[in-house]
Amino acid sequence: MSKPSAVDVESKVLAPLIAKPGRGFWIAVSLLGGVFFWGLLAWGWQIKNGLRVTGLNAPVFWGIYLVNFVFFIGISHAGTLISSILRIAETEWRRPFTRAAEAITVFSLPFGASSVIVDLGRPDRLLNVILYPHFTSPILWDVLCITTYLATSCLYFYLALIPDIALCRDRLSSAVGPVRRWLYEMLALGWTGTKVQWKTLHKIMGGMSVFLFALVISVHTNVSFVFGLTTKPGWHTAVIGPYFVVGAIYSGVATVIVAMIAIRKLFHLETYLTEDHFNRIGKFLLALCCFWFYFTCVEFLTVFYGRETAHMAVFNAKFFGEYAWLFWTMFTCCFIIPLPVLAIRRLRTIANLVWLGIVINIGMWLERYSIIVPSGARPYLSWEIGRYTPSWVECSITAAWFSGFCLLFLVFTRVFPILTVWEINEESAAGKTNLPAG
Amino acid sequence: MEIKDQNRRDFLKWFGAAVGGVWAFTSRAFAARGEDEQVQARGKHRWGMVIDLDRCTGCQACVVACSVENNQMLGGPEEAALGRVIRWLKILPRTEAEGSHIRQSLVPMPCQQCEDPPCTRVCPTSATFMNPEGIVGQVYDRCIGCRYCVNACPYTCKFFNWGEPQWPKETQTPFNPDVSVRYKGVVEKCLFCHQRLQRAKDKAREEGRKIEEGDYVTACQAACPAQAIVFGDLNDPESEVSRLALSHRSFKMLEELGTKPKVIYLREG
Repeated sequence: MSKPSAVDVESKVLAPLIAKPGRGFWIAVSLLGGVFFWGLLAWGWQIKNGLRVTGLNAPVFWGIYLVNFVFFIGISHAGTLISSILRIAETEWRRPFTRAAEAITVFSLPFGASSVIVDLGRPDRLLNVILYPHFTSPILWDVLCITTYLATSCLYFYLALIPDIALCRDRLSSAVGPVRRWLYEMLALGWTGTKVQWKTLHKIMGGMSVFLFALVISVHTNVSFVFGLTTKPGWHTAVIGPYFVVGAIYSGVATVIVAMIAIRKLFHLETYLTEDHFNRIGKFLLALCCFWFYFTCVEFLTVFYGRETAHMAVFNAKFFGEYAWLFWTMFTCCFIIPLPVLAIRRLRTIANLVWLGIVINIGMWLERYSIIVPSGARPYLSWEIGRYTPSWVECSITAAWFSGFCLLFLVFTRVFPILTVWEINEESAAGKTNLPAG
Repeated sequence: MEIKDQNRRDFLKWFGAAVGGVWAFTSRAFAARGEDEQVQARGKHRWGMVIDLDRCTGCQACVVACSVENNQMLGGPEEAALGRVIRWLKILPRTEAEGSHIRQSLVPMPCQQCEDPPCTRVCPTSATFMNPEGIVGQVYDRCIGCRYCVNACPYTCKFFNWGEPQWPKETQTPFNPDVSVRYKGVVEKCLFCHQRLQRAKDKAREEGRKIEEGDYVTACQAACPAQAIVFGDLNDPESEVSRLALSHRSFKMLEELGTKPKVIYLREG
């Protein structure tokens, strides 16, 4: 297939920014906005009445708010992984995915972080964490890690956007209204694409890639520490750190694939997001799937072989007890279905990857649920066995957070180029001359 | 070249200042910790409790006394069904089976007042802490309600106010004025009737003497008709609680977790 020229890329990628959004777009926006608004109302109701409106109780003190927290922070790692780690490794096929992946990072982090705030009994006292910090608390480490991560990934996202914003400024000034013209003008920071500017940009992005690589590992390990550092059966395991990191990247890459296939279809970008790109990212997903399976086996074999009473109670609840349907659905979604689809070349098609990405994400959400809730329901001492069913408030807020995430992403695709134009141009340049790009 | 040197010197200066600042801050934090340990070594009080399971009849008088003394929510059947009623002292049913012989025993469980508490370690705001006399406290006004300490407690002896606690009108007048009434969204726990320690200390000071054995009695101890609960100073080798703690019948709950509880049980004989 012939490589597209730079001008083609620009006109094709910038087209959605000037095209009038169709009826479908407005329906989607109002639907997602409606769900999000409903969730905010539910949160208001919870603030007024306290956490009694949730399904939480003693001993299941943490529920789906914490599941959402881990899930959203988890999918945020895909962005960093694809755009920074694969950038360091100079992987060419990453290029069309970087922008969407970084957008997923930036848009999912606020929802992850706010899930914890929703979970607090006294969200009004959030600042106490900074006013009276207690350095031995993993929650404080989390606050530090996640705020650093949010700030850094926003900056990284923005830096990679600058050349494309400048492109919008130059190409779209006559096609868009004065507000957006002003927005592009201001955000482009006077980028003209001189040699010095490119050199500086690549230097900063290279340095930040390395920093983000370290950050992504530490952020999700810290998220796991919230559970792993207590002595609670089912949580207290050293493998939980790497297990969480792999799970995070797994669900994140699946999210990026789903988002990119949707974008490819909606904006007719088949030329730039080729079957080959999806084949390669599919293989990458296969590797993550195997890693995830490996960690799951290690974790449960260790528990099963050790036979400690309290740990076995959680194990039995997951494998055979009231959480069995949840656990086995999770296992099916995360391993049994994805493995053949990803491993067999004939099945690794774009059409299959769409639903598979969604299935993997459902599985990974259930995975977090099956880590957090059963351990709560089986405490060390034989108090009454805990039961937990999420209430309508918890479900509404969860739905709202997912809608809010989609909404931000959707609006973004209409305002900024969803493919990194300069990265794609570099890819075609690299393809022609075989020079290492970036 | 000159400019570069200047930059480096500036960088080193700032870097040095930053490292120094962090060092000063952390060393202060550790120094404060050291002070705590010194106080402990100097032989201050270390309050502890011994519960003799052989004497306990499971009558729950201690549970009632504890709730009344500490202004605990009354709670309705719905809250009870959801596991949301707060009782700082609860009776834990235990079933022990040996072959065909099954024995049901009842264990009164207040906060175990760990010497190395897992709950204080994880609190992000120091809202839960150990005071110099070994009592694990809770600052309601600082608690953000994250419930991390509740999850970290292996005994499930910390409690969360899921909603605004409710009392019927009739039970509101006789609130214990020495104990603050909690509100929605914070964690609470057994404090070894800390208010009674304050009173005992005040009384001893008025009378110009040191606090003695028997001055400080917890509500559960006072209410126990079988005298199964003994309370006192574990740092005083003469106290009854110290003597009983050395009994061959004594054990601690989940001792293998290394929390070093200051509530000690005496096995049924």
